[in-house]
Amino acid sequence: MGRDQATLLRKFHQARWDEPIILELSVPGERGILVRKVEKGVRDEVEDGIASIPESLRRSVPPKLPEVNQVRVLRHFMHLSQETMGTDVTIDISQGTCTMKYSPKVQEHIATRHPGMAEIHPLQPDISLQGLLEIIYKLDCFLQAISGLDRFTFQPGGGAQGVYTGASIVRAYHAARGDVNRTEVITTMFSHPCDSAAPATAGYKIITLMPDDLGYPDMNALKAALSERTAAIFITNPEDTGIYNPRIAEYVKAAHDAGALCYYDQANANGMLGITRAKEAGFDLCHFNLHKTFSVPHQCMGGSVGAVGCRDELKKFLPVPRVGFDGKRYYLDYEANGSIGKVRSFFGNPQSLVKAYAWILHHGADGLREAAECAVLNNNYLEKKLKEVPGVSVRYSADKRKLEQIRYSWEKLYEDTGVGTEDVMRRMADYGLQHYWMSHHPWIVPQPFTLEPCESYSKDDLDEYVAVLRQISKEAYESPELVKNAPHNQVVHKVPEPSIDQPERIAVTWRQYLKKAAK
Amino acid sequence: MTQEKPVFPYIPNSAPEVKKRMLKEVGANDIMDLYAEIPQQLRFPGQLDLPEPILDEYSLKRHLAGLLEKNKNCADYLNFLGAGCAEHFVPAVCDEINGRGEFLTAYVGESYADHGKWQALFEYCSLMGELLDMDVLSCPLYDGAQAAATSVRMAARINGRREIIIPRTMSPESRLVLRNYCQPELSLSEVGFDPKTGQLDLDELRKKVSARTAAVFIENPSYLGFLEGGAEEIGKLAKHHGAEFIVHTDPTCLGVIAPPVHYGANIACGDFQPLGMHMQAGGGQAGFIATVDDMKYVAEFKDLMFGITDTVQEGEYGFGEVLFDRTSYGSREKGKEYTGTTTGLWAITAAVYLSLMGPKGMEQTGRTILQMSQYAAKRLARIRGVQAAFDSPFFKEFVLNFDKTDKTVAQINEALLEKKIFGGKDLSKDFPELGQSSLYCVTETKTQEDIDTLVSVLEKVI
Repeated sequence: MGRDQATLLRKFHQARWDEPIILELSVPGERGILVRKVEKGVRDEVEDGIASIPESLRRSVPPKLPEVNQVRVLRHFMHLSQETMGTDVTIDISQGTCTMKYSPKVQEHIATRHPGMAEIHPLQPDISLQGLLEIIYKLDCFLQAISGLDRFTFQPGGGAQGVYTGASIVRAYHAARGDVNRTEVITTMFSHPCDSAAPATAGYKIITLMPDDLGYPDMNALKAALSERTAAIFITNPEDTGIYNPRIAEYVKAAHDAGALCYYDQANANGMLGITRAKEAGFDLCHFNLHKTFSVPHQCMGGSVGAVGCRDELKKFLPVPRVGFDGKRYYLDYEANGSIGKVRSFFGNPQSLVKAYAWILHHGADGLREAAECAVLNNNYLEKKLKEVPGVSVRYSADKRKLEQIRYSWEKLYEDTGVGTEDVMRRMADYGLQHYWMSHHPWIVPQPFTLEPCESYSKDDLDEYVAVLRQISKEAYESPELVKNAPHNQVVHKVPEPSIDQPERIAVTWRQYLKKAAK
Repeated sequence: MTQEKPVFPYIPNSAPEVKKRMLKEVGANDIMDLYAEIPQQLRFPGQLDLPEPILDEYSLKRHLAGLLEKNKNCADYLNFLGAGCAEHFVPAVCDEINGRGEFLTAYVGESYADHGKWQALFEYCSLMGELLDMDVLSCPLYDGAQAAATSVRMAARINGRREIIIPRTMSPESRLVLRNYCQPELSLSEVGFDPKTGQLDLDELRKKVSARTAAVFIENPSYLGFLEGGAEEIGKLAKHHGAEFIVHTDPTCLGVIAPPVHYGANIACGDFQPLGMHMQAGGGQAGFIATVDDMKYVAEFKDLMFGITDTVQEGEYGFGEVLFDRTSYGSREKGKEYTGTTTGLWAITAAVYLSLMGPKGMEQTGRTILQMSQYAAKRLARIRGVQAAFDSPFFKEFVLNFDKTDKTVAQINEALLEKKIFGGKDLSKDFPELGQSSLYCVTETKTQEDIDTLVSVLEKVI
């Protein structure tokens, strides 16, 4: 038993339960749960409650939900959870740009189980929410220290919504100054797709800068694109490549000189905590993903928080309500004077704020810096080891130090063997590792994959990870079909090239599937 | 004595010996060598201004619990606040499943290693599809308000029109979100309501709806609780002018109340927080959009859609992304709006909830809510000076008017708070035309005794 100490490989097979779709489990008459019925006194007063509803608004045919006993429902979803490779069960340096760090259990238990968080209503009077408001207020102060900016909102429900909030603030800022001709936003190809899509949703025309030979956004292209029409630049640093752009302040200055605002997408901030900040580089706005840098779990894609910060001058545009402190009491300020209004109901996801607050408080200034340093150290270590694996290359600035992540390429492997990055991606889970994340679209780096070995992973974890990729590279050279036909030890087998987009095949619900299968 | 630097339990390589060995391995003498690309003038000098850390787990737990205990909670207090976030019964199995580490910590893994996640999200869509009697849903949205906003944007993309008609009674929270999402291209036009019934003013709608109308949007049940008896007529008017008819609904009513598609909606949306999520001060909110099966609609969803398909193994289901290029992940700014991390774990929780409930559970939940809220409204309206604001049928929430007492809602709520009761949402600011009115929410979590307690306290307060 145990991992092979020479190769560092495991004999792995993922749980495979052959679990039907829940609607296939229906047994007419079974019940999963019983619901409270009203007392006799209530019934005497209002009878069945339905009589007052006009016939036309009543449901005449019950929904075709499944009828399944509770034991089976539980077992069904337990099986599905076991067929999911969460970060808790694997060395998740695979999902680069996502910062899959450990989400400490103590935070999780308190934030989800304490009635003072789970059972509170967002419209309770301020006086009855003092604990939560204190957490929000202090977390704001923490992020101010970390970024150097002056005020944060936690309303956005994720990073992309954070960027949308930023774009809404940019729009409000220029409108307030009567500067109505700023209709363009500039971003870069290696920034997250939301840096172009969210400002576009806010009404902006998008100009995208391509990388230069070193992988940096092209400075000349930026200067050519900037004009009196530019509302803002939305940029990240380091970009998905992991290379820190040392001239970032020049980009910011160029944009400011053109009268534009500068938004810093800090989704990739994990390697820089306590090392460098948005303020020193001159940015007006930034956002952090609390589910990345600040340990909130990723929860099968949310809910989480895109915490958006800004300089004093932009504070009045932040969403409402804002949390204030008068020296004695914390309070909610709904005064909308200048505010963009809201992007999401209430306060966003406050339970996530408890977790991020706890994580920062646990680490303190030294600990945050330790996390950043170890994340960067891990990344440089992984790069050194992976460069020794046949078929792997680093496209841009291979000789430069990277921060927290790197976009690698299997270009050579593909040329040599015909095995591409998608094949390797499917195969790696056969060794108990989460599929790595390849790249945002479009692929600029050929056969890309993006890894981010954040501070949660030990040297041994990194060594095992490298061993798996080395093994798959070996397989690609020796028996490429093995890799191309992967996965082999997973829940299910390979899905062939998709016919999934053909209208007659699209089935995003079970009922739609049954209808189309019957035809 | 210098204090020793701690080794952090969540940072394995903070152990000094390991760190040293790894630094050597990467050819660095000092950790700052790795930051060579960050110019000196951009480096932050000194130490971040953060409080002293709480290093040990026990003390951290005590500290957090101490803060959260400062919140008054609805387990100790009797809560009648709703207004978009409602206190519902949460089955234990829901908490068990969303607490599973595999689901809690998964993210964007492919449909092999994360097959279970893909299936669970497909089941969320499938079960919501049955509840709504519609075929098409995407992965979840941020919340009901943003789902409303995307619904109207979908409509505008479909018919290329710019005007959106909404009811004056719309949730103020949702309206603020909608207003932001409609800028700069779409304009909002409000239609008033009958002061006696709350019902949308059909005559005003007839005047406002036109060939420029992209969508007529209503809430049913409305924010103020009443059911729109004229919903079908509203839908006909919208369609007559070539506009989309969008209905924002509350999924907890759909065991007893007709789903929007039955009275003509092609797009339904809403918030599924009631389906198994604790309130968490609004952190349980999660949005859905559903449509009929027509490519006109399917092509306009903005979020990921997981389709069921075959694998190379006969008889085996697999999953894949449907129309990926539709999304901003596939096409950046050319995709539909933007997508990202939304509310996946709550969608899985809603799937668990609906699987447990089945048709009978949803019917019983709806019935109990109808009965309890009607009982509460009746009893409360018998208090001297208190009256129901509208005489329409309602679900879960209703408006009480206190104009004939000599107290404001704020004063009443303050007095209730002293008796450990969270009174209804004060509407006097958002709806001044309703005077001193308050929106009460009564779900299946309230008993006859709870209502009787509220009544007796209110009688004394007023």
